[in-house]
Amino acid sequence: MTHGSSTYSAARHGAVPFWRDVRVLRVIAQVIFVIVVLAIGAWLIGNYRAWLAERNLTFSYRFLRLEASFDLAEGIPFKSTDSYARAFLVGVVNTLRVAGVGIVLATLLGLVTGVARLSHNWLVSHIAGVYIELVRNTPLLVQLFFLYFAVILKLPQLKLRDEITAITLPGPTYLSNRGLAMPWPRSSESFGSWWPFLIAALAVALVLWILRARGVEHTGRPNFSFLWVVIAFFAVPAIGWLVVPGSPLTLDVPIIKGLRAEGGTILSAEYVALTFGLVIYTGAFIAEVVRAGIQAVPKGQTEAARAQGFTEMQILRLIVLPQALRVIIPPLISQYLNLTKNSSLAIGIGFLDLYAVSRTMLNQSGRVVEVFLMIMAAYLSMSLSISLIMNVVNRRIQIVER
Amino acid sequence: MTATSERPPVTEVGALGWLKKNLLSTWYDTLLTVGSLAFIYWVLRGFIEWAITKATFSTEPGICKEARAAATAAGETAGACWSVVNTNIKVFMSGRYPNEEVWRIWVSLGIVAVLASLTWLIWRSEAARARRWVVIGWLSSIPVITILLSGFSEEGRILPLVATELWSGLLLTVVLAVVGIGASFPLGILLALGRRSELPALKVFCTMYIELIRGVPLITVLFMSQLLLPIFLPPQVRFGTVVRALVGMTLFSAAYSAENIRGGLAAIPIGQYEAAKAVGLNNLLMMAFIILPQAIQKVIPAIVGQFISLFKDTTLVVIIGLLDLLGVAKAVTAQQDFIGLHKEVYLFAALVFFICSYAMSYGSRRLEVTMGMGER
Repeated sequence: MTHGSSTYSAARHGAVPFWRDVRVLRVIAQVIFVIVVLAIGAWLIGNYRAWLAERNLTFSYRFLRLEASFDLAEGIPFKSTDSYARAFLVGVVNTLRVAGVGIVLATLLGLVTGVARLSHNWLVSHIAGVYIELVRNTPLLVQLFFLYFAVILKLPQLKLRDEITAITLPGPTYLSNRGLAMPWPRSSESFGSWWPFLIAALAVALVLWILRARGVEHTGRPNFSFLWVVIAFFAVPAIGWLVVPGSPLTLDVPIIKGLRAEGGTILSAEYVALTFGLVIYTGAFIAEVVRAGIQAVPKGQTEAARAQGFTEMQILRLIVLPQALRVIIPPLISQYLNLTKNSSLAIGIGFLDLYAVSRTMLNQSGRVVEVFLMIMAAYLSMSLSISLIMNVVNRRIQIVER
Repeated sequence: MTATSERPPVTEVGALGWLKKNLLSTWYDTLLTVGSLAFIYWVLRGFIEWAITKATFSTEPGICKEARAAATAAGETAGACWSVVNTNIKVFMSGRYPNEEVWRIWVSLGIVAVLASLTWLIWRSEAARARRWVVIGWLSSIPVITILLSGFSEEGRILPLVATELWSGLLLTVVLAVVGIGASFPLGILLALGRRSELPALKVFCTMYIELIRGVPLITVLFMSQLLLPIFLPPQVRFGTVVRALVGMTLFSAAYSAENIRGGLAAIPIGQYEAAKAVGLNNLLMMAFIILPQAIQKVIPAIVGQFISLFKDTTLVVIIGLLDLLGVAKAVTAQQDFIGLHKEVYLFAALVFFICSYAMSYGSRRLEVTMGMGER
């Protein structure tokens, strides 16, 4: 037997000592790691227990059912006799109000600015460039402080000596240091018999859209214009409007009574500052995402489409955007997540979002760890749901790729 | 044979050609140009009127109130009063750091400046031997600057103690950002390696840590470091608020560092691992001498980007009551003489942040070009 094969057979017969066997070492390394982590964890929890015992407390969530005994003047109705659990809900809803509106507006602003940045017009592209650089290179909290303390709180009062001094926009919409009051549709009694028409409209539009898609599949050419889908979508509710007695929706207009506005919808100064601050900030980041996405589409694609006689609009809609979207969606998701997480800066300007309400809950109840875990859980579930939704969208778009 | 070439029409070249091509190519282009010009005029006129023509630059005490009263009496809107910035410039920069000790900040700045220019020179000359000395210089500057800024003890005659609670203004902002990124870097390397590890226990732990931290806002991590740290540590162990904020910054930033470094690790071709193994290096040596140096060089631009965003994020310590540049600015707006001058103060703070982060992002773009990172 040669030397080489003898060591080989020796290895097979387990002559390698176990402390040099990689498989054994791996298990040992992991066991040690887990033991160390558990030991540190146990030590930390032990300290927490000692802290609790010192104060005669126990870890429990029973305080959530107790009366909160503080007021929250933002979002869904809340009075001081309501429970802590409801207070937390108020915070969550307020955060969602900011994040939802913020995401929609920031996307619009980012799209427009991103396209403007690529404009052939030198002035337009440089105005967009200055905005993007200014906003991206200053901290969000500085922008929020500026917007809230130096702009919104310095707006004229709603009313001064029986004279409306607020900035009045058509509607009427009043912009003052108290926030924004604007008209809002309210459902009237007949709304109950009108809303089925809305669902019918959605169904009809959906059926027409599927029929149209089938037509394209069979003959390569739509049976009818897309316009018909739009018309159907608006025509059905319009018919319903005429059929139903009275008008199902009335426009509620804000009226200034005394020193405050009533009716319509009233957005507090803090809400306006936070939402606009987040929109302006995230919009600049989305603009860069959009710009990079459009630039990622090779120039040959546009040129080839132009050579084949596509119109400029068709090139954008059918060639550039579908390809740009694939690049845009993943960073866009992280911008949406950033916006949602950044809404926690609300506490800096006194908006009662999830984090700010939790701090109040904590100061009132002294339940530090319990409240902290609730905050973490709330933010993590929001982050996870946004990534889930957007990942589904992403997969649908990416699947086209060959 | 003289080839006579006709000059292009005057409307196609030179300034006129540029105008036609970039501003007036179609009718809607012209419309956009006119609109933009009107917009720029409107913004600049308002800003210049407020910041310069109607502004007060004198630093006499009480001048701001007088100026505003005069404007209100005349029925005009008051211009800026820059006295609030001029008289408080020391407060903005070093806050409550004792006046007679401010030279220590200047010396620290000098050390950093000398090291930075040395680094730049040596990296350009490609003297490989000298690079090691620069690295050693940077590493040894850390304890030197720490001791210089904080001092020894209260009674000591040389370098008396300056408690971290007194560090404020731009100084605190810079310290928070530098320590945050510096301390999070080794932690980030460990987390990144852990996440790529083949050992499931390690991998799950590191992945959970990274995703957990990245899923929540910085403010909750700072909150954890302020309120939970004292609860979960024994009563004997107590840190000041600044140190606790530093811990929070580091824990937060480590998760982002880890993801950046993981990106760099993923970009290393598998051949590098195989070659290292073939030469007989064990896992530790392979990582330390072959893989990590390449991975880290690849992620330098990403780390600079992370530093810039951390630099901006340090402003969040205002919410937990620390006096960084923004915290000081907020305090200044409450001064008797300068009540209500939010615009001036926050614009100044924004300008400082803008200059710093714009310079850094410009620098990192240059760095990418000189290091040949752009062309991968």
